[in-house]
Amino acid sequence: GSSFRADMLLSAHGESRATPTFCSWWSHVEMGPPDPILGVTEAFKRDTNSKKMNLGVGAYRDDNGKPYVLNCVRKAEAMIASKKMDKEYLPIAGLADFTRASAELALGENSEAFKSGRYVTVQGISGTGSLRIGANFLQRFFKFSRDVYLPKPSWGNHTPIFRDAGLQLQAYRYYDPKTCSLDFTGAMEDISKIPEKSIILLHACAHNPTGVDPRQEQWKELASVVKKRNLLVYFDMAYQGFASGDINRDAWAVRHFIEQGIDVVLSQSYAKNMGLYGERAGAFTVICRDAEEAKRVESQLKILIRPMYSNPPINGARIASLILNTPDLRKEWLVEVKSMADRIISMRTQLVSNLKKEGSSHNWQHITDQIGMFCFTGLKPEQVERLTKEFSIYMTKDGRISVAGVASSNVGYLAHAIHQVTK
Amino acid sequence: MAASIFAAVPRAPPVAVFKLTADFREDGDSRKVNLGVGAYRTDEGQPWVLPVVRKVEQLIAGDGSLNHEYLPILGLPEFRANASRIALGDDSPAIAQKRVGSVQGLGGTGSLRIGAEFLRRWYNGNNNTATPVYVSSPTWENHNSVFMDAGFKDIRTYRYWDAAKRGLDLQGLLDDMEKAPEFSIFILHACAHNPTGTDPTPDQWKQIAAVMKRRCLFPFFDSAYQGFASGSLDKDAWAVRYFVSEGFELFCAQSFSKNFGLYNERVGNLTVVGKDEDNVQRVLSQMEKIVRTTWSNPPSQGARIVATTLTSPQLFAEWKDNVKTMADRVLLMRSELRSRLESLGTPGTWNHITDQIGMFSFTGLNPKQVEYMIKEKHIYLMASGRINMCGLTTKNLDYVAKSIHEAVTKIQ
Repeated sequence: GSSFRADMLLSAHGESRATPTFCSWWSHVEMGPPDPILGVTEAFKRDTNSKKMNLGVGAYRDDNGKPYVLNCVRKAEAMIASKKMDKEYLPIAGLADFTRASAELALGENSEAFKSGRYVTVQGISGTGSLRIGANFLQRFFKFSRDVYLPKPSWGNHTPIFRDAGLQLQAYRYYDPKTCSLDFTGAMEDISKIPEKSIILLHACAHNPTGVDPRQEQWKELASVVKKRNLLVYFDMAYQGFASGDINRDAWAVRHFIEQGIDVVLSQSYAKNMGLYGERAGAFTVICRDAEEAKRVESQLKILIRPMYSNPPINGARIASLILNTPDLRKEWLVEVKSMADRIISMRTQLVSNLKKEGSSHNWQHITDQIGMFCFTGLKPEQVERLTKEFSIYMTKDGRISVAGVASSNVGYLAHAIHQVTK
Repeated sequence: MAASIFAAVPRAPPVAVFKLTADFREDGDSRKVNLGVGAYRTDEGQPWVLPVVRKVEQLIAGDGSLNHEYLPILGLPEFRANASRIALGDDSPAIAQKRVGSVQGLGGTGSLRIGAEFLRRWYNGNNNTATPVYVSSPTWENHNSVFMDAGFKDIRTYRYWDAAKRGLDLQGLLDDMEKAPEFSIFILHACAHNPTGTDPTPDQWKQIAAVMKRRCLFPFFDSAYQGFASGSLDKDAWAVRYFVSEGFELFCAQSFSKNFGLYNERVGNLTVVGKDEDNVQRVLSQMEKIVRTTWSNPPSQGARIVATTLTSPQLFAEWKDNVKTMADRVLLMRSELRSRLESLGTPGTWNHITDQIGMFSFTGLNPKQVEYMIKEKHIYLMASGRINMCGLTTKNLDYVAKSIHEAVTKIQ
């Protein structure tokens, strides 16, 4: 406040030339709250129990618990290295081959919207950066509403992203903790009451953090009510291919909405489905009325991007582009992404069968009904705490586990531990 | 059918410098020269990937132990620490006192943006969007947009370029600082001012620092050309280090686009110098929150290349050598252009071409003369008269000199 300013002035005017003794500009800056997930990882690292498990990790692990670099990625990298390309700036909107392939991947090669060119796709800094560009764009150009409706719960970072972009957050019912599945009635009820022309965010597949996705018939009804309410649909697709193992199946909802005449906006991430986490490959797409509108929208997206980071990083986009645009590599990628999805699905199946073997009388069907990296187990905070204290199993307090952190060597231990705290 | 929600979205004008390059590409004239975009070119007019960078890329490519996992939110630790060390010096007392923090950013732009977002939230009272932000007149055009989009409402200019004497308007600069409201933020170019190429002398920096200290003005350095300007990392960091030694708390946005030639990898670093470790830690914790909603965590490839280079004595020496190669070629082009113009007897004085430093030169050509250069001579430069010295080669020096001569004598 003003007394701090007065201090600064006094110290500036009164101090000697030889020894500056400012108080700091930052005295009033609060320490930011510790990241809850980071806290879990830190505690895990400190634990000396050889049986410990880190189920907070938001990155894929192979069956040995190790990070997995896809073979198609290694091949693409070798190809790139051999070409000895220069390092000139990318255009503001990113690598054209990448953005075009990204749109095609999401929309499907037969999509009318794609073929007609009535879309714009810009490269973004993975999922977060793409979400943020979209949020900023809507704040500036979507004048009908300031409200973004998120499913309850949603990815923790959605709220601060939209807030920092200058929008307001609302929620619609989504997860039913009683059944550990979709509260479809609640969702439909809430969405049918959302003020017209508000923005609604939907997870395209592998909902984070619950793993609960609508079935196709449910998606159809959601599309219908969204259309009736004339809502601006923002799809977040961070797991295409990674959820079911089938890229077309995972993009079904996005494509269905567009076919129903809903011109969505979409953010994509290649962090998980190509294992490109730290390379920050992503894209933001706006489905437009026509190609002319797409050009106008693109020009404004560039105006937003330039003061953020000028132009995007090339490495991840070039790898992804090479994979998507080279038939052999693309085929290999589809096999590899399916194998990651299959391993996750297999861990879910084994966890449930092991729980049954342990003699658990609870219904654990939601574990196999849910999809993607994360699973809302339904465990209560006290039970989570016991898992950590007694078994050195680490997860977030909401009972969410990352199935990627489960391996054949420890799924039995996990089942045993869960049974102990829930019997 | 309802009107599109984006029906009212206007077509934005293209960024001028990129439009210039686009026009250049479409030009079919064989004599064409691109003196626009700020990227280094060899004497063959080609982009140059630094040999040390190629070497390190091969090392990285061959290292099977490396994966693509997320970097921490604030970036690669070895990159951050070493990048700040480059800016502040190995023997920096501030580093020894642990009152330096670093945030890996996407290029210089990304680093500026994180700094700006932080200042808007936490500087001069909370959420103080009314704090004036001063940029030099002229400055890199993106400075305005960075601070505006970060939420600052009052962006002003401080006098800098004296068109009449083709040099620094020091008196105007100091005057504007005297008159600026206390606590105003000043964007200072650490070296190789873009677009004028005109830097204050050490003595002039001392005067600037004295006024800023007395008026409680916040220094935010933009350092995009360290090493690239004079060929010496230390010389080009003199101003930043002087301010640190004078006890300022400051930000310094560093870019490794030019001095490492890593343009498209987006490697940058925001160096934060605070009064003490505790303040710096709290500042970093809040910058983490800002980063998390902007890009979550930064790209790893470029940071790995820089970190690997800076932490190996041999690679570091090679890098300094590569940087000097670039700086020396620019210096050569400056002296060659100036001597040709003087030989031709081109009206006016041309010593500013060698007095100025870095990639750019404010030639002093007016918009009409610039138009003549582009339309008649197919030589592309910014309307401000700014040329990128890297666009000059031994092959096109004569043509460019003659064309400038024509423009100056034919057009007033």
